[in-house]
Amino acid sequence: MELSDLTNSTTAKNVVVFDYGFGNVRSAERALAHVGAQVEITRDYDKAMAADGLLVPGVGAFAACMNGLREARGDWIVGRRLSGGRPVMGICVGMQILFGRGIEHGVEAEGLDEWPGTVEPLRAPVVPHMGWNTVKAPGDSQLFAGLDEDERYYFVHSYAVRTWELEVTNPHMHSPKVTWATHGEPFVAAVENGPLWATQFHPEKSGDAGARLLRNWLDIL
Amino acid sequence: MTLAVRVIPCLDVDNGRVVKGVNFQNLRDAGDPVEMAKVYGEEGADELTFLDITASSGDRETTYDVVRRTAEQVFIPLTVGGGVRTPEDVNKLLRAGADKVGVNTAAIARPELIREISQRFGSQVLVLSVDARRCPEGTVTSSGYEVTTHGGRRGTGIDAVEWAHRAAELGAGEILLNSMDADGTKDGYDTAMIEAVRKQVTIPVIASGGAGKLADFAPAVAAGADAVLAASVFHFGDLRIGQVKDALRGAGHPVR
Repeated sequence: MELSDLTNSTTAKNVVVFDYGFGNVRSAERALAHVGAQVEITRDYDKAMAADGLLVPGVGAFAACMNGLREARGDWIVGRRLSGGRPVMGICVGMQILFGRGIEHGVEAEGLDEWPGTVEPLRAPVVPHMGWNTVKAPGDSQLFAGLDEDERYYFVHSYAVRTWELEVTNPHMHSPKVTWATHGEPFVAAVENGPLWATQFHPEKSGDAGARLLRNWLDIL
Repeated sequence: MTLAVRVIPCLDVDNGRVVKGVNFQNLRDAGDPVEMAKVYGEEGADELTFLDITASSGDRETTYDVVRRTAEQVFIPLTVGGGVRTPEDVNKLLRAGADKVGVNTAAIARPELIREISQRFGSQVLVLSVDARRCPEGTVTSSGYEVTTHGGRRGTGIDAVEWAHRAAELGAGEILLNSMDADGTKDGYDTAMIEAVRKQVTIPVIASGGAGKLADFAPAVAAGADAVLAASVFHFGDLRIGQVKDALRGAGHPVR
């Protein structure tokens, strides 16, 4: 069965918003509930493992988020879910920690290393990059399906991944779909990689466009 | 691909009710900040700001409730300011559903508060509100702009431009620059002050105070503002969010 066959399923998708102390969990919960998900905010291992989708929000410093995530066994949960093909979505710092490492205030910290790459200070005249910006999504993106090219999403961040390093050479593997945005310089705004999706911006704060995007994620769960 | 100029309506909230006159039709309850927030959200506001002017800190629960109910229904960023004195105040507002928190007087009294908040929650949550007025250049302050308290009635002797710069270094994520001279005049933003602050900080600057007509907004952006905030012109229905955006777009500034 194609995943898209589930789109019109009347059964509400069950999503756990992972509560490890560093996310705007309420905003994420409300926005997901708004688009029809059954949402629970928890760090419970079994619930996080069993949910149709796991959403990992993230606000604050990279290293602090990583520490919080490890204390809540979030690193283990994300890894286990992904190895079983179970969807995970990271938002903002929840996306950044999926990369190899982050450098903030000159301090380097290890990330979950799902993708190679470094989260670095954004070089632009005005930082944080705060506000509504457009993105360039690949044509076959599922995350941005149905959304216009000039649609805007709400960003708040001072760090970003400027170089996408993962090269897929195996012809049997799909390359991740990488969406870019520009503030001073291009940076990774979103990634779709099998069961692992992530956005640097905040869909839960991006009005109707963000709601559509979250619905697109629920559709693949 | 350029960042859009943000248009931000500001609501003064006292004990859970909108204070300044409101002239919207079709509102079930024109004094309910949640209803107002929904209207602004639907009209295309890029963010919302609540300024909590509740006098008694004992009545704070009402504010948290308003924030909670707003965040349940409006999916754009919400900033809440007024009476924030400690990182714990910030924590409560964020947990209620605020995305950013405005800090003003408490940071003047104790600038370290800025560092404490930004280290705990990240710079992006902290909007430093600066209520500034002009003073003869070189007298009170070197820039000619002075930080005030008590709604502009009391001068502090602190240079507003230097204060903005210092706050950014301490970890503020954004400056809400409110001209106490222009506030309420509807004669336009204090563009010279915006320029002076823009030159000294690399964090976003929100222009506030003085908006009266559509032509007032583009000059604030040209002067260096990343966002424009207004209160009464929106509440009284003199201007609509969409009109302001059209005016900005017409002047060549990107909007959502």
